[in-house]
Amino acid sequence: MSTRTSISAAILASAVATAVSSLAIAAPLTEAQVKAAMDAGKEKCFGVALKGQNDCKAGPGTTCQATSTVDYQGNAWKFVDGGTCTTMDLPDGRKGSPEPLSRDLPS
Amino acid sequence: MRAARDALCATADDLGYPERLVPALLDPGRATPTVVAGPMGKAADKRFDIYRNNVTVSLIDALAAAFPATMRITGETFFRAMARFYVRETPPTSPLLFEYGRDLPAFIERYEYAQSMPWLADVARIERAWLDAYHAADAPVLSPHALTSFPADALADTVFETHPSAHVVRSAYPAVTIFSVNRDSGPVGRIEAREPESALITRPALDVEVRRLPPGADVFLGNLLSAEPLGSAAAAASAHCPEFDLATAIAVMLEAGAFAAVR
Repeated sequence: MSTRTSISAAILASAVATAVSSLAIAAPLTEAQVKAAMDAGKEKCFGVALKGQNDCKAGPGTTCQATSTVDYQGNAWKFVDGGTCTTMDLPDGRKGSPEPLSRDLPS
Repeated sequence: MRAARDALCATADDLGYPERLVPALLDPGRATPTVVAGPMGKAADKRFDIYRNNVTVSLIDALAAAFPATMRITGETFFRAMARFYVRETPPTSPLLFEYGRDLPAFIERYEYAQSMPWLADVARIERAWLDAYHAADAPVLSPHALTSFPADALADTVFETHPSAHVVRSAYPAVTIFSVNRDSGPVGRIEAREPESALITRPALDVEVRRLPPGADVFLGNLLSAEPLGSAAAAASAHCPEFDLATAIAVMLEAGAFAAVR
């Protein structure tokens, strides 16, 4: 302890208590709340995914993910950063949309 | 080369293949090994060139998949050219492809054409730690209340058991910010961060989490991860960094699930 300042038991205990109490408020999140928090900042965007790159409501590994067959397929969506869906630039003047689109459907 | 030999050819050992086959695998300047021949004993130079090319390309592909943010920063052409040099210098030592690339960050640090991006190696370190956390063993994380059960005067001597997924990456650059914006698919605007940022990488459940550590917490957690007791780890962090806040650091490590147990 010659070169290092030591930290008293009281300071340690109070830091632990502060840390744990700050977590206790945040702890009892339901699964749905956690999901909502994780999804925050992302929004579904139709007509922007390259073929085979669309997301799926039920998550990776389920049947609808990565099933779009044409680029920018209008009825396939992808999670994008909130606010970027309708503003991102796509080839030939296409725009993304939070609602399904009737363009670029597989024939 | 011996390690690469083991990784690539473990089952063909007794045929005497590895010694003759492997040296030419990653070096296109070498002649086709004599153990390789086409049908009817004809020369198989083109066939071997195709095989040799596939070996290199598959390793470059593995690196591209493991270091997506690094590649987004450099661009694909730069990254693949750099990866090719790395592959030839450092062949895999494990047959598990997800183990490959541990030395890529160190390689980037001395790679001539990456010198203008001094933070690139740290971004790659975070990505490598991300992959290690992803593949780490599952383990329950330490419950915050386990800590409160210790009497105050025993706290200083408590030692934490590291969660298998936990890694700290220290950086002198805003590596966490650069990592996060490039790991995402969203647009990368101008990055204004100037402060050094160290990262805590964990996987408390199914998803890997990367956090930017508050000042001094990198030293604190680094010490705890190497099994230093709480009291001396906290003292070292305070001595290193006057802004170090112990309560915040403890909250971050509990929330992230950096530890599995305490004793």
